[in-house]
Amino acid sequence: MGSENAVAVEVSDLVKRYPKAPVDSVGGISFGVRRGEVFGFLGPNGAGKTTTIGILTTRIRPTGGHARVAGIDVVADPVGARRVLGVVPQQNNLDRSLSVRQNLLFHASYHGVPRGLRKARADALLSQFGLADRSDGRPDDFSGGQIQRMMIARALMHAPTVLFLDEPSTGLDPAARLFMWERIAQLKSEGTTVVITTHDMEEATTLSDRVAIIDHGKLLALDAPAALVRDMAGERTLDCTVEPGRAVDGSAVQGALIRLAAVDRVEQVDDPGGAWRLRVYVQGDTAPLLAVVAQAIDDAGGRLTDVRLGEPTLEDVFIHLTGRALR
Amino acid sequence: MTAVDDLEVRALPSGRVRPWGPWQTALAILRRDLFVTGREFPIFLAQVILQPLFLLFVFGKVLTQLGYARPGYAEVLFPGLVALAAVLTGLQSTALPLVIEFSYSNEIEDRLLAPLPIGAVALEKVVIAAMRATIAAAVMFPIGVWLLGSIPWTAGAALGVVVMTLIGAFMGAAMGLVLGTFVAPNRINVTFALVLTPLLFTGSSQYPWPSLSHIRWFQVVCALNPMTYVSEGLRGMLVPDVPHIQTWICFVAAVGACLVLTAIGMVGFLRRAMG
Ligand SMILES: Nc1ncnc2c1ncn2[C@@H]1O[C@H](COP(=O)(O)OP(=O)(O)O)[C@@H](O)[C@H]1O
Ligand SMILES: [Mg+2]
Repeated sequence: MGSENAVAVEVSDLVKRYPKAPVDSVGGISFGVRRGEVFGFLGPNGAGKTTTIGILTTRIRPTGGHARVAGIDVVADPVGARRVLGVVPQQNNLDRSLSVRQNLLFHASYHGVPRGLRKARADALLSQFGLADRSDGRPDDFSGGQIQRMMIARALMHAPTVLFLDEPSTGLDPAARLFMWERIAQLKSEGTTVVITTHDMEEATTLSDRVAIIDHGKLLALDAPAALVRDMAGERTLDCTVEPGRAVDGSAVQGALIRLAAVDRVEQVDDPGGAWRLRVYVQGDTAPLLAVVAQAIDDAGGRLTDVRLGEPTLEDVFIHLTGRALR
Repeated sequence: MTAVDDLEVRALPSGRVRPWGPWQTALAILRRDLFVTGREFPIFLAQVILQPLFLLFVFGKVLTQLGYARPGYAEVLFPGLVALAAVLTGLQSTALPLVIEFSYSNEIEDRLLAPLPIGAVALEKVVIAAMRATIAAAVMFPIGVWLLGSIPWTAGAALGVVVMTLIGAFMGAAMGLVLGTFVAPNRINVTFALVLTPLLFTGSSQYPWPSLSHIRWFQVVCALNPMTYVSEGLRGMLVPDVPHIQTWICFVAAVGACLVLTAIGMVGFLRRAMG
């Protein structure tokens, strides 16, 4: 058991081709999720995120490959897997015939949580998720953010080892999104493994210990957000605003910059009222280069009036990997 | 929304996990359905009773009193309407809810994610629908007494009648499982219209099947409707003097139809449930 305990989700060569589909929706991906980490799945619509989550949560049969959740093979023992996993799906699937509270209670009863315990848990979760005062209402009468919270609360009723959330923040307002982020951070602190899909860079960066970038059913990269970004050489930029000063034209300044060893290339961005805006693509860290760049501009006769440091984001990583923007 | 920083609130109440099997999960799911049905019981009753009630009133009482139907017709009709109530209520209790839960509300997903085999979820649907259908059929007896004054009854037939009613209820539920899982959601309305009416009138509910020998093609059509065997079985046991299909044939055919329909319905359900 020892080493297996450290792995919450194991996926190897997972393939899914839907009936009659010309291509694989999931095209042979492998990864592992460590116990206790928040694992982000980042990809555009149609990347295969929901399909992958569907396989891991026993709702979709894979065409090939293997997947284990908490050590349990999801194809060989789906019933066992369902005992240890929790799901917050992309779409509202609350029981509309039941109140919020009853949704939680019945869900727990399906999972064999004893009566006294399920009442105590429902009370605790309803108040944690700010639903206590309306717990007798029907799901239909609630906002998207509240429905999202109900589904998370419901999924926690049987205290799953691994919680899967499929695009939990899509369609939420900023406050509701922040609330959900806090809850996920809290779950992590309590030791729950969280697998979350998103097409939102900021969410992936903020929440995840590690991010898997997928597109067209292929795993393109997998690492901590900071590490993914660190590998992006040449995507660090200095956006400089330069006043002509003694210089006759922008190309002289550009030429001076391009001759610096750390500079990859220089682009003139636009020309708002006399000043030149130059985007300088550099190698390595940007901050130490500030003085050098300012000096070079000055030597070429221009005058640096404003500078902004551009750090690469996951978006840049994605563009670098796929040649397209995420949205 | 204020962040909850209190550690005592944070930790979820925990407890000892007790041994828990798929059977118990299935019972918990059944309990949910009983809870929902029980809460809407009066509406449910009104829904299922109205059609057989009017059929019994118009055909069994009005037409006989006006002299358009023979005096004994109510006796022939009554067992058929019990069968009709069982089969139709069973069918309606699975077909439409399944279509809605699979396509529009996704509601069934929480149960498909419960720790029990997917097939058990389908069977539970059939069982709860059969329970509702049995209630609908049972209610026909007091209604019959009230409308007609008396209903055909022989003490010796009690057990057989109960069993055949249960079979009819299960049969309807299994038909609903087939319809609800094989028919595309956007066609369910059309399908209901196209299926229900023929089912209603070819199930030997309003006439004894042997009496159709002069309309041979229609008799053959009726023999293909499994409800015929429920109607005829009940008729044979309740009013043995009326010509009827032999009771044992009815039982064999009805049980066979239940098995076949359930098997087909399960295939449909698994197809729908597993992507
Ligand atoms: N039930 C299905 N039948 C056929 N194709 C599907 C089905 N579900 C998803 N797909 C296809 O599989 C691909 C991946 O979809 P999905 O997993 O939902 O992606 P994501 O969640 O990343 O948006 C898409 O091209 C989608 O059209
Ligand atoms: Mg999706």
